[in-house]
Amino acid sequence: MSVDAGSAAISARGPRIIIYGLLILFAVFYLLPLYVMLVTSLKPLSEIQSGNMLQLPQAPSFYAWEKAWGAACIGVTCEGLKGFFWNSIRMVVPAVTISTILGALNGYVLTKWKFRGHKLIFGLMLFGCFIPFQVVLVPMAQVLGRLGLASSTPGLVLVHIVYGLGFTTLFFRNFYVAFPDELVRAAMMDGAGFFRIFWRILLPASLPIIVVTVIYQFTNIWNDFLFGASFTSGDAAPMTVALNNLVSSSTGVKEYNVDMAAALIAALPTLLVYVVAGRYFVRGLMAGAVKG
Amino acid sequence: MSSKDVGMQPAGARAAPMGLPASPSRDDLVKQAPPGPGSGGVGWLQANMAKLVLSPSLAVTLVFVYGFIVWTVVLSFSTSRLLPIYKWAGLEQYARLWATPNWYVAIKNLGIYGGLYIAISLFLGLFIAILLDQRIRGEGGLRPIFLYPMAISFIVTGTAWKWFLNPGLGLDRVMHSWGWTSFTFDWLINPDMAIYTVVIAGVWQTSGFIMAMFLAGLRGIDNEVIKAAQIDGAPTLQIYWRIIIPQLRPVFLSALIILLHMAIKSYDLVIALTGGGPGNATELPSTFMYSYTFTRNAMGVGAASAVMMLMTIAAVIVPYLYSELRERRT
Repeated sequence: MSVDAGSAAISARGPRIIIYGLLILFAVFYLLPLYVMLVTSLKPLSEIQSGNMLQLPQAPSFYAWEKAWGAACIGVTCEGLKGFFWNSIRMVVPAVTISTILGALNGYVLTKWKFRGHKLIFGLMLFGCFIPFQVVLVPMAQVLGRLGLASSTPGLVLVHIVYGLGFTTLFFRNFYVAFPDELVRAAMMDGAGFFRIFWRILLPASLPIIVVTVIYQFTNIWNDFLFGASFTSGDAAPMTVALNNLVSSSTGVKEYNVDMAAALIAALPTLLVYVVAGRYFVRGLMAGAVKG
Repeated sequence: MSSKDVGMQPAGARAAPMGLPASPSRDDLVKQAPPGPGSGGVGWLQANMAKLVLSPSLAVTLVFVYGFIVWTVVLSFSTSRLLPIYKWAGLEQYARLWATPNWYVAIKNLGIYGGLYIAISLFLGLFIAILLDQRIRGEGGLRPIFLYPMAISFIVTGTAWKWFLNPGLGLDRVMHSWGWTSFTFDWLINPDMAIYTVVIAGVWQTSGFIMAMFLAGLRGIDNEVIKAAQIDGAPTLQIYWRIIIPQLRPVFLSALIILLHMAIKSYDLVIALTGGGPGNATELPSTFMYSYTFTRNAMGVGAASAVMMLMTIAAVIVPYLYSELRERRT
């Protein structure tokens, strides 16, 4: 309730002006890189080299965006980011879907069908969220190679499902813990089985936490770099890896406008999700994670 | 971060044990959801369906998390260089690791980066949260501005800051064109200062998220005490310092854990911003592990460094998770 907001709020006039001033200053700090990226991506190279990076473009053009999307050289091929963009999409969709479904079922089991050791299992899965992934890179690369999944999108899907399970389970577990057990028990009395109870009773109430989990997983997996860089090469790389290759390649003239356009293209999907679903996400997260 | 109500929560919370807290009092009502066979009398399958459903996830976790950790530990005790070789080498690789000057650079950098990143993020996060908690008009418009960096990838963040701080074309040029011609900012290519650019970009990315956690905490504080202090005529600053901030202890703890674990795992940002350079000036344990394992043909040393990273994180996370899970007293 925003009624609670600022119960110790300062109300004197002078300090309030300072407070607003500081907030605006911070807002500028957070917005500046985005602004600079955007402006730079719309300028021709000559203007970038001669002018001030904060200036608005004199003749905005989408040349850099088109080149970043379809013609910039990444490694040996010069077809832009579009192929890698689709790699990321093809990786994210199944990985998010499967890890969310598994997380929901796990959360359901861990709260409504408790058995001895359920806490230990949850703890074990949770710890998996925190490990530095450096500690699994080599074994994972070996296993992917043996499964014939090295440098492939299905391989990355597997990796992201495996290391996303802890988070999705955590979200659903914390959400279902607050779901009335009485309802579940009543359904059991009526003879409803495991899946029927899940399908008819818990799932219809789960929309908020599903949205939260999907957005969280989407953001994390889309933004991943370490796994993409470790387990893929060449054309199979996801977006973040391609972006890094594009930006750090040192052949030819450095086209900062193309770099910035590429960075924005890579950031766009998650930013879009944040802008569109931010509010809903927030509400769901509070319901799921905090209400407990 | 267990507060009752806030207008917000982080967008792409990368690290989030969010919501570990919040003990469910309701749990005690039903000690055990009857796992037994329903009235249908369906037998074994129905009785064990729950365990059956959970088992693939558990198996995957045991293999891909714990099995792989053991595997890496084994590698760290082997003679592996270019490829995994399972020949016992005792502590040789650890000895080699701790005799590598680069590893000390990585640890020192992690100390500088981690220390500053955590301290500044905590301070800035709390500070902005307090500012935002002053019944600010337009709070709803400001919050997303502080939070959006959480939604984007560290690679994008690194790319953006690398350009913004570009010696010559970036901040330098801006200051020059504003008339401050003696201004130079060469931190990105200055070995002594490069690590601080990583701090700046890291703080930019995460402090909004920390702000959100603190704001949630602030909104969850009991008003009565504050009201009483106000009636007693205590100045606002003192109310914050004496009453409000001490009550945010749990938030500090959660935020600290998240930041610490993010700092140790930091990899993408350094790669995108400085590539570990200039030279090895921004080497971190994570970049050290990667290059020794995959490009320098020293897989055993790489594995040893990965084990060191794991142990550092485990030393913090395990007690934290243990206490969080215990509190639930289910």
